Amino acid sequence: MIENIASMLLGGMAAGMVLFIVSVGLSVTMGLMGFVNLAHGAFAMLGGYIIVLSMRNWGIGFTPALALGFVATAAISMVFERLLYSRLYKAGELDQVLFTIGLVFMFIAGLTVFVGPENQPVPIPAELRGQINLGIVQYRTYSIFLIAAGIVIVVGLWLGFERTRFGAQIRAAVDNRRMAESLGINIDRLFAITFGFGSGMAAIGGGLGAEFLGLDPQYALKYLVFFLIVVAVGGLGSIWGVFWASVIIGVLDFVLKKYIPQGGTLFIYVLTIMLLLWRPQGLFGKPS
Amino acid sequence: MSAAAPDHDNLGARALTQRHKLRWWEPLPWLLALAFYFAFPRHLGFGTELLITVLFAISLDLALGYAGIVTLGHAAFFGAGAYTVGMLAHHGIWNEPISSLLAAAVVAGAIGLASGLVLLRTTGLTLLMLTLCTMALLEEAANLGHDWTGGFDGLTGIVIPPLFGAFEFNPLFPKVQYLYILAVLLVCFVFVRTLVYSPFGESLTGIRENTLRMHAVGAPVRTRLIVCYTISAAIAGIAGGLWAQANAYVNLSTLGLDRAATVLIILVLGGYGRLYGAFVGAVAYMVLAHFLSKLYPTAWQLGLGLMLVIIALFFRGGILGMGDAITGWLRRTRAAPKSSP
Repeated sequence: MIENIASMLLGGMAAGMVLFIVSVGLSVTMGLMGFVNLAHGAFAMLGGYIIVLSMRNWGIGFTPALALGFVATAAISMVFERLLYSRLYKAGELDQVLFTIGLVFMFIAGLTVFVGPENQPVPIPAELRGQINLGIVQYRTYSIFLIAAGIVIVVGLWLGFERTRFGAQIRAAVDNRRMAESLGINIDRLFAITFGFGSGMAAIGGGLGAEFLGLDPQYALKYLVFFLIVVAVGGLGSIWGVFWASVIIGVLDFVLKKYIPQGGTLFIYVLTIMLLLWRPQGLFGKPS
Repeated sequence: MSAAAPDHDNLGARALTQRHKLRWWEPLPWLLALAFYFAFPRHLGFGTELLITVLFAISLDLALGYAGIVTLGHAAFFGAGAYTVGMLAHHGIWNEPISSLLAAAVVAGAIGLASGLVLLRTTGLTLLMLTLCTMALLEEAANLGHDWTGGFDGLTGIVIPPLFGAFEFNPLFPKVQYLYILAVLLVCFVFVRTLVYSPFGESLTGIRENTLRMHAVGAPVRTRLIVCYTISAAIAGIAGGLWAQANAYVNLSTLGLDRAATVLIILVLGGYGRLYGAFVGAVAYMVLAHFLSKLYPTAWQLGLGLMLVIIALFFRGGILGMGDAITGWLRRTRAAPKSSP
């Protein structure tokens, strides 16, 4: 019984960590810029591809590949942000939605042409394969690694957000952009760096999660609703909000898929609708 | 002339009093649709699909273009209408075409009303998410309710009796379907055209442009939005019902994000917030898709994405907006020599 509960919690949390790592950037950029970025999943997908292909073709290790995915995706997304996204910050949601859906289509088509439509398996390093004994329960090493990585990342991000000068600038800009601007904070630079960092995180999430989410050109659309649900439930611009929302949704999805394999997703949609009606700003968001 | 006769020297007043008048080109789409019937009798299947898409896009235009409700889940109502017609016919309850369509409109409208009552309290990302979730919820429900909806396989072989007891529906030679759908489209279009030029339609535009000010002048903003959303849902339901009747089957594709995104793209391509954007967008998209998507699916997706990016960045008005910009530019360059001494 205990083992059952523990293994379900662990599996759900591992999935939740991937959701968190991908979605946290989306939450911060949406909270900061008010930009409905439906192409966030596309950056996660792009990063996943960079990670997988660099490991397979150049034979570099897992960790360097993750770093490369982060840097490359962050750089590419910053170019997109400066050249294209920044033109639409003042536009309506509809234009932002169309623009980012257009980007998603282009990413999907591009990866289909250059890499191919099939699923790309991730080569996981040998030391992360197999099972690990946690005392109460034996569990997959990779899942435990994901949970540990997620916790390290959330603590790191939280420290960066709360304790650094740059984090303070982001918080100031989320709360009141005009005021922050008049205090001399360079908002354009802040936006570009935050956007790039968020996309880089998504890339890492794409690479880490490819083991059980898969990685094919449809990735950007397939999981988009889930990423958006996590952000909407957690509340915009809140790191802990996204974290807890990811954990809740990851565990719920895992448990529901096991016990009601048919109606599990239905249940998550119902819960999301009810929660958003009760608190439109999400669990941890501030009322606007 | 009554005392309230408009001041005809005032350009703005003249535009307001004249804008609902029929313009010379407005019968054109209908004549073209009839010409299509005689010119391409072999492609009427494509024609029916096109007309249904136009109707669906018009319903979205009412909510998105006029009232400014940004929704990603409009296929929920299309699917609700399609499943209403499909389930009524499949379970042998009712299959007379026109009254089935009314049932589809009522069911889709009811879902629109029920969801609108709760959803339209929110705006922005929350609204977007809620419309998306509502659609996903209906899709899952249709997937699960296997005994009623046929689940993943959908309902096939829906039998539709002859229209007025005389004109037989034949999925292979959809002559009757084409004219029938054209007639339904005309009726719905006249209704929507009347609606958007009415004071009600005017207040919707006001809400889209400045919600706060509409509150300030005492307009019942939420009621207006809910009524508009319900009407829009009912028309989308009619479009879905027509789809089920024309294809003689219903499946989960009527409820999916694909359909919702496609109709949004079509409307924006043609130009939203203007009556004929739906026509232009549907023709442009469907013709391109018809020829390109089967031959070069990847290039089609890439082109579609590029088109969306370009529209969002540079041509917010779509094809019709581009046309307006060009005619406006021509008029100005032509008028310029006259005004200069």
